[in-house]
Amino acid sequence: MGMTLAEKIIARAAGRDSVRPGEIVTCKVDLAMMHDSGGPRRVKPILERLGAGVWDPQKVVVVSDHFVPAVDAESAAILDLTRKWTAAHGIGNFYDMQGICHVVLPERGHLKPGMFVVGGDSHSPTGGAFGCFMFGVGATDMAGVLVTGETWIRVPETIRLDWRGRLGRGVSAKDMMLATCARLGMDGGDYQAVQYTGEAIATLAMSERMTLCNMAAELGAQTGIIAPDRVTADFIAAAGGEAGDIDRWQGDADAACRSVHEFDADTLDPQVAAPHSPANAAPVAAYGNVAFDQAYIGACTGAKLDDLHMAAAVLKGRQVAKGVRLLVAPASTRITAEAAADGTLATLTAAGALMLPSGCGACAGLGAGVLAEGERCISSTARNFKGRMGAQSAEVYLASPYTVAAAAVAGRIADPREFLDGGG
Amino acid sequence: MGGQGGRAWVFGDDIDTDTLAPGLYLKRPIDELARHCLEAVDPGFAAGVQPGDVVVAGRNFGMGSSREQAVEALRHLGVDAVVAESFAGIFYRNAFNLGLLALICPGVGRIGGGDRVAVDGEAGVVRNLSTGETWACEPVPAHLMDMVRDGGLVPHLEKRLAARR
Repeated sequence: MGMTLAEKIIARAAGRDSVRPGEIVTCKVDLAMMHDSGGPRRVKPILERLGAGVWDPQKVVVVSDHFVPAVDAESAAILDLTRKWTAAHGIGNFYDMQGICHVVLPERGHLKPGMFVVGGDSHSPTGGAFGCFMFGVGATDMAGVLVTGETWIRVPETIRLDWRGRLGRGVSAKDMMLATCARLGMDGGDYQAVQYTGEAIATLAMSERMTLCNMAAELGAQTGIIAPDRVTADFIAAAGGEAGDIDRWQGDADAACRSVHEFDADTLDPQVAAPHSPANAAPVAAYGNVAFDQAYIGACTGAKLDDLHMAAAVLKGRQVAKGVRLLVAPASTRITAEAAADGTLATLTAAGALMLPSGCGACAGLGAGVLAEGERCISSTARNFKGRMGAQSAEVYLASPYTVAAAAVAGRIADPREFLDGGG
Repeated sequence: MGGQGGRAWVFGDDIDTDTLAPGLYLKRPIDELARHCLEAVDPGFAAGVQPGDVVVAGRNFGMGSSREQAVEALRHLGVDAVVAESFAGIFYRNAFNLGLLALICPGVGRIGGGDRVAVDGEAGVVRNLSTGETWACEPVPAHLMDMVRDGGLVPHLEKRLAARR
């Protein structure tokens, strides 16, 4: 019997001809990525205690994105430590305040199909969009990787999410994932590998594929993964990387999966997830008059260039409703520059958006845009757990950038298709 | 985790890492962060939990972020063991890395808050001393039990590195 893509990557990293689900194997790590929150400030004391250095500084990428820019003495100290530690350990791949790690990593050409990658953040499955096996670990696990260059893994089964058809106008990868969370639940991924397949996936741009793999975390999967194709190779080449042999990193036709779930992209409507779980998703039409204090477009999940384009398509020539504040935090400084060059930023700011720094920001309750008690926000981020974006009694609804922008204009939940050219 | 057992603190399904280690306090020292551990679902937990007490939970305990302060806060408060119907994968790894025993134990949700519970990690058995019920847990992979015996990944690596020298 053949192997899935995930199994092939793990077998290669474990130095084996083949692996089977359930086996526990030790893998050599091709790349380790960490950020300012779970990275240097947490691994430094561990490495010092062990009297050990970094196994291969070339294989480490550090991105400051959680506490950027510094807003108080504590965040300034964390960033200072991050800079000093990366310099002391010769980490050349340090991206300081240039965007969110999951977006910066592929943007700078670090990912290549077939790689076995660990990231010190739960949304690390994002890298699976590039045909990598990439998963999130905590800081002590990361310290172990930094010292030994290896980590253990229980070979996951593969769960296939097969998407037929094509997404309609005003519907995006975010809607696909909210609908998936609603159907499978927050532990439907059961720490296995979720692989996205089907015509709808093949037609998606890389940024949308990143959103799918990113939110595999919300299914409780160990990772999300998409087999590389020409779209993948073109993105990597444009980012200055090398895609390598994409034909090698495909699953075998006779590989066994735990299960296959079928979805229909043609009939998918824009989705909104009510507080306090991404799995509380329902089509936008299921909601009545839900009004908002804040609309937030940000994070690795919802503020890539395509996400900003979605918001701009709705906001063009319109104004944010009175009483609503629209905050936009582009996922990287490169995206900000591209959005400035193509006129997207002008569209957003003309509509009344306030631009925020590129970083994790309010998504993780850390940066600008956190909520007061009793406030309600609609957000393009990935999680709406109670208290995550600020006060315990605040409510966060999750939606696509299209739908967040539509809510900003309407002041309440609205179907974004009514705001797009030719709509209404 | 001896014969006297500890008090059971019982939680439901899908307890997330923002609840265990709220983002608002992530940049604060662990003693301050730990005071807010689980406060969104049980405001009395951090002040009331005693060393040796046991956290009992439903499905998908520790879902969400990879922040290991979610485990560290429990350890800081003296919790040595969490028994749950199931765990989120990253939390499960983090638990053993920091020497916290995480036992998957179907049916354990029947334990009542305040019951006396004894956990035997080596045997993989959870006993409700208040009711006499016992549960067999899913076996823990041998390399993770080794790690817990050593007190976590760092002391475990210390041993490995010392052996190499």
